[in-house]
Amino acid sequence: MSNRYSAWALVRGAFARHANWPAAWRDASPKPAYDVIIVGGGGHGLAAAYYLAKNHGITNVAVVERGWIGGGNTGRNTTIIRSNYLYPESARLYDFSLRQYERLSEELNYNVMVSQRGLVLLAHSRHDLDAMSRWANAMRMNGVDAELIGRDELASRVPGLDLSPRARIPVLGGFVQRRAGTARHDAVAWGYARAASALGVDILQNCEVRGFVTSDGRVTGVDTNRGRIAAGRIGIAAAGHSSVLAALAGFRLPVTSYALQALVSEPVKPVLDTVVLSPGTGAYLSQSDKGELVIGAMLDLFPSYAQRGSFAITQSILAGVLAMFPAYARLKMLRQWAGIVDVVHDSSPIIGPTPVPGLYINCGWGTGGFKGIPVGGWTLAHVLATGENHPLAEPFQLDRFTNGRLIDEAAASGIAH
Amino acid sequence: MMTIPCPHCGVRDENEFQCGGTAHLTRPALDASDREWGEYLYFRDNPKGGHRERWRHAYGCGRWFNLVRDTVTHEISAVYPITETPPR
Repeated sequence: MSNRYSAWALVRGAFARHANWPAAWRDASPKPAYDVIIVGGGGHGLAAAYYLAKNHGITNVAVVERGWIGGGNTGRNTTIIRSNYLYPESARLYDFSLRQYERLSEELNYNVMVSQRGLVLLAHSRHDLDAMSRWANAMRMNGVDAELIGRDELASRVPGLDLSPRARIPVLGGFVQRRAGTARHDAVAWGYARAASALGVDILQNCEVRGFVTSDGRVTGVDTNRGRIAAGRIGIAAAGHSSVLAALAGFRLPVTSYALQALVSEPVKPVLDTVVLSPGTGAYLSQSDKGELVIGAMLDLFPSYAQRGSFAITQSILAGVLAMFPAYARLKMLRQWAGIVDVVHDSSPIIGPTPVPGLYINCGWGTGGFKGIPVGGWTLAHVLATGENHPLAEPFQLDRFTNGRLIDEAAASGIAH
Repeated sequence: MMTIPCPHCGVRDENEFQCGGTAHLTRPALDASDREWGEYLYFRDNPKGGHRERWRHAYGCGRWFNLVRDTVTHEISAVYPITETPPR
C-alpha cells in the first residue's frame, strides 16, 4: 500500500500542516466488464470485495453502491461487536467475525477503534437467570468466553444501574462476554474500502442497480443508472433491500424488512464503560468515545422501508433505559434514526447461491449485521471465488427454509432479530 | 407515530395495534411439497411500496382487520374486513 498510515506518516503530515493527505480510496467510474460485481457498498459488500482481492487474488472487481459507501446500515448501527450466540454453527460464524475484528486495524492498516469493553446482559427474573445460565454455558461449550455475574459485580461494572430494592425493573444478575465491545462503524466501511481500492477494486458510488442481465438463465451483468456492466459472477449484500434486488432477479427471499432505530444523547463525561443489553426492556446502550450515550432499540414490528423509526418505539425504549438508569433522566437526545434490516424467521443469515446461477447473496443478518461484517465478507468472497460454500457458511443456506434445518437463534438465545 | 383507522373503534395511535404480517396467504394442501410448504411459511414478497397486511387492535377491541399500507411512506390507502378480498 503506497500511502501506509503510521506514526511516522503522521509526523511527516504534520510538517505539511496535514494539508497533503491523499484520498483514502479511489472513487472509480464503471468499466464495461468485471470478473465480479458486488451490489451494495456497505460493510459486507466492501469486505467481500477486499477478501476477493486479498484471499483469492481476484482484483477485477466492482462494488456498486446506490448512494455513498457505508451510508446504509453500516452507518446506522450502534457499533456493537459480540459473539454471544447459542448454537455451534452460530458460535463458529460470529466468533470468527469477532476474531477478525480483534486484528482488523492491523489487517487494514486503518484504525477501526475496536474497544473490547465487554457486553453485560441483564437478567430480570428467575427465568431470565436460568435461560442465561444455559446460554452462557452453551457459549463456553462452543469455545466463546462468557461468565455469569451476580449483583455485586454488576454494581461495580455498570455504575448508575438501579439495583436498589425499589427498582422499577429488578436486576437479579446476568452474564458478561468480556471480548465483546464496540468498533467505529464508519471506519470499518472506510478501512475496507481503502484496502480494497488499494488492491485494485473499483468502488462505484451513486450507481443504482435497476435490473439483472441474464443469458440462458445465468446472470451476466447488471443494468444501472450509469449503464450496463457485465460480470460472470455477482454478489448481493444489500441488507434491508435484499428482497427488492431479488425481485429484480426474479426470485423471493424469506426476508421481511423492518426499521430498527437508534438514538444518541448529547455528549457527557464518562458514565458507562461497558455495553449493557437488557433483553427484558429491549434497551441496548453504550457510551461512545465522544461521550454520547448510544441507545439501540428493538424493531418497529411492522414491515417498513422508511429509515426513520416510529416514535412509539422511541418512547418505550427510553422508558426502559430510564427505569434501569434513573440518573439519565435529564439527558437530552440529539439524534434519532433508523436502518432497514432484513429479518428472517430463524434470525440467522443467508450466505450462498441463489436460484439464479452466477448470482450469490449475503443477507438475513437482521438487527445484527455490523458484528458480522468480516465473516459475511469473507464467506461471500469465498463462494464468489470458488463456487463452493465456505465451511462456516454451509449451514446458512437458502435451502434450510425448504428442508427445515433452521438455526433458530431467535428461540435459542432470545436475540431479538 | 402512525395513526391507524380501526374499522370498529376509529382512528387510534399505532402503539395500540399489533401487525400480523402479510395478508391473504393461502395455506397449501396437506400433500404439498417441501418447497410449497417452505414458500408458504417463510418466503414473502416484502414489497417496497403498497403492502396488504393484517393488523389487530390489540389494546382496543382486540379484533383483526386488513390494511393496504405503503411501506415507504406508511400511508394507509385502504382498510377492509379480515374476511374480505383486497380492493383492486
